[in-house]
Amino acid sequence: MENIIDTSKLELTKKDFESDQMVKWCPGCGDHAILKSVESVFPELGIEKDDFVVVSGIGCSSRFPYYMNTYGIHGIHGRAAALATGIKLANPKLSVWMITGDGDSMAIGGNHFIHVARRNPDVNILLFNNKIYGLTKGQYSPTTPKGSKTKTSPQGSFEIPFNPGELVMGAKGKFFARVVDTNIKMMTEVFAEAAKHKGTSIVEILANCVIFNNKIHGLITSRETKDENQIFLEAGKPMKFGKDNEKGIILNGSQLEVVTLGENGITEDDLLVHNPTIEDSGIHIMLANMAPPEFPAALGVIRSVKAPTLEESVWESVEHEKEVSPYKNVDDLLRSGSTWNID
Amino acid sequence: MTKVKNRIIELKNAVIRFAGDSGDGMQLTGSLFSDSTAFAGNDFATFPDYPAEIRAPQGTVAGVSGFQIHFGSNDIHTSGDVADVLVAMNPASLKANMNWITEDAIIIVDSDAFNEKNIEKAGYEQNPLTDGSLNGHILLSGPISSMTKSAVSELDIDNKSAQKSKNMFALGMILYMFNRSYEEIFSFFETKFASKPIIVKANKLVLEAGYNYADTIESFVNTFKVEPAPLVKGQYRNVTGNLATSWGLLAAAERSGLNLFCGSYPITPATEILQELSKHKQFTAISLQAEDEIAGIVSTIGASFAGALPVTTTSGPGLSLKSEALGLAVITELPLVVVDVQRGGPSTGLPTKSEQSDLMQVLFGRNGEAPVITIAASSPSDCFYSAYEAAKLTLEHMTPVVLLTDGSLANGSEVFKIPNVKDLPEIIPPLVKANDPDFQPYSRDEKKLSRPWAVPGTKGLRHRIGGLEKENITGNVSHDTENHELMCKIREEKVERVANYIDDQDVFGDENADTLVVSWGGTHGVMLTAVEQLLTEGHSIAFAHFKYIKPLPKNTEEILSKYKKILVCEINLGQFVNYLRMRMPQFSYQQYNKIQGLPFTVSELKKEFIALINK
Repeated sequence: MENIIDTSKLELTKKDFESDQMVKWCPGCGDHAILKSVESVFPELGIEKDDFVVVSGIGCSSRFPYYMNTYGIHGIHGRAAALATGIKLANPKLSVWMITGDGDSMAIGGNHFIHVARRNPDVNILLFNNKIYGLTKGQYSPTTPKGSKTKTSPQGSFEIPFNPGELVMGAKGKFFARVVDTNIKMMTEVFAEAAKHKGTSIVEILANCVIFNNKIHGLITSRETKDENQIFLEAGKPMKFGKDNEKGIILNGSQLEVVTLGENGITEDDLLVHNPTIEDSGIHIMLANMAPPEFPAALGVIRSVKAPTLEESVWESVEHEKEVSPYKNVDDLLRSGSTWNID
Repeated sequence: MTKVKNRIIELKNAVIRFAGDSGDGMQLTGSLFSDSTAFAGNDFATFPDYPAEIRAPQGTVAGVSGFQIHFGSNDIHTSGDVADVLVAMNPASLKANMNWITEDAIIIVDSDAFNEKNIEKAGYEQNPLTDGSLNGHILLSGPISSMTKSAVSELDIDNKSAQKSKNMFALGMILYMFNRSYEEIFSFFETKFASKPIIVKANKLVLEAGYNYADTIESFVNTFKVEPAPLVKGQYRNVTGNLATSWGLLAAAERSGLNLFCGSYPITPATEILQELSKHKQFTAISLQAEDEIAGIVSTIGASFAGALPVTTTSGPGLSLKSEALGLAVITELPLVVVDVQRGGPSTGLPTKSEQSDLMQVLFGRNGEAPVITIAASSPSDCFYSAYEAAKLTLEHMTPVVLLTDGSLANGSEVFKIPNVKDLPEIIPPLVKANDPDFQPYSRDEKKLSRPWAVPGTKGLRHRIGGLEKENITGNVSHDTENHELMCKIREEKVERVANYIDDQDVFGDENADTLVVSWGGTHGVMLTAVEQLLTEGHSIAFAHFKYIKPLPKNTEEILSKYKKILVCEINLGQFVNYLRMRMPQFSYQQYNKIQGLPFTVSELKKEFIALINK
């Protein structure tokens, strides 16, 4: 790829990607940390700064393109995936980043979201999941837990929420990762993994809405409880978590189970070893579905499977047709088939 | 206007309608006869008339599929009001078409198909071939099915397959009737069924049998001949409106040096454009069959931002779904061609029938002040030039264009003089060069008011656009109230200034007449024919057909001011006339509307025009 060049020669820094526009998210909003992480990752990817495009839909998170000094387009509600697909197909050289939220991509844009996952263009999707509608001031979203009281569910939500990871994999998605907005280092690493993955990579960010849904991910993110409630998955490593890595995940029959090392004769050898590259998504769906308090929430790259990208397939076809087509130009086409001359 | 020459009668023009069950192959029969007509040097126009269902119940009126061709030694602008010759392969197709033939039309029927069961299915109480209801017509009733069977008796082919060629028996009869040869059609069989020699043989035998049968029976006292039309020198072909639209867009991509991108969702009657464009990746035409109408237009806006010639195609219901995104293209001031192949509405309406009822939706159907350039194609071959111009206008003026065609243009076909792409007008999109020190995303071309097009990947032009209001020049997000008013006015004025870059409106006919008839879009051919005939008959009438709707041509007001009586004719309840009333309220307009999913007929228009002239 032309756009992958030696990073050192580019000498880009975080500053190259900072915009001069005022960032208008609420103080304390998780989005600030996500912005910082993205600004830190971009200079490290070996991509020219003019080759980044940041795309979004509507919502708090979707203001993101205005806060980055890249090419950017702020679209309409739910449709960022379609914008990103069009951009990438038209110019595969571009590094396309799509910023979206749980309202934008799980509700109004649900259709486009599942189809981008299925088509697999090389687009990096950052899904800010704060489980609430923030910009419209506090209505429940498709990821809001059942029973939650919000402005439009005063008796508690009656609806069963989506798990974004499960949805991605059900839609034949090839890359799914999850991070927390409280850990810039984790975000930076995982965003870089997403960028390197060829194909649609979807990173769910457990984001905090400080105003309308404060601490919704508190069990997973707070200093006191996070060790017991999150597990960072790494390829090839046994699934361990806990303050002293004393706990682990095993497959018992067809179900996952939390175990404590040393109890009931459990050793590290009994633990599941993470393999994000298996084609079958069964175990990845189970991992994505793990949730406190029964399970720790899975973080890191849960699934990363190689597959041809949409734009590769389309542009290969373009090259092939150029070779085999009898039409070298539109004049040839206009004169193809049945024609006649009047002299 | 005919003269007898032995037993060959020379006709100036003729209309033939092929009708049968939707599985009877009438569309193929019609298109083969069109090819033969082209080789005979006639001008012609065709129109298919088929049911919305793929295979409606066999033998019923709902399942009738028809194909009409109007050909002549003069200029042909329509597919004809009523047919001089009807081929009816079963009772239902006879019943469905009785209102669409001349009083003394020749009717060719397959008598084998007129059994009790089929007669009843068609809703007849008695056999129409024998009850006298066809008196006045020339009825040629022959056992086409059984003759087809015997024509292929020497081949190793079952009767069911053999019956698939019975349409060729009817075609053979028609070819004889019009003194045509069948060599071109034989060579078509050889190409089309190259892998199935037995089918080639069967079709040839059946077509010959039909031709010879017509020669033998005494019913054909006369045969007919239509002399070649005086077409200007050049290379010609037959095109449908959808094909011409696709090729016009491809020509514009080539001429502008851009890759074409088409994001669309299948919808009748626009689907063929997406299908055609998806065939031509050799021209770097990228197509995406989107998950819905919205993704169709939005992916195209993405491709537009990324520097492609952006095209999305749809019909009325799809355009409704695209409304919000079309507003995004307006506010981001990106190029975008939306092709709306209109059909009967509202909602699902009449999917396979034609209407001009999307005009108000196109002009006003969005939130906010969201003007779009609006142009309408006037004939199947004009779809080529209109699509080309839609692309040119959107690229050079950096604002969306909606091209209106309709079902009758899309599926209708006519003779098309093939142009050279290099002779088409230049297209120069306002692309910005790398590291342009003066680049501002919303700076303005002094004359056009268009903004520059800075494509991602270009060095040094990073900028953000989007659906939030932008500050003029800088393109920064702005909630400033005065800036918003300025931007609304600029976007409107930008569209209105397109009037400086399009042709003036022309008037056909008698410019000193009291009466001006006005139309737009797909009704051009029938309007022109009616006006031509009235002029020949000595009436005083003028005719203005609008291609440019927003903006209107600069001289529109001047033209309208010249006539005492203005009649606006449309296939809707009066959308263009109300637009004119709004834009130019100083004139008095009368209107003639029809909304039956059918085109105007020449005779109804003439009647209406004469009444107005004499008023």
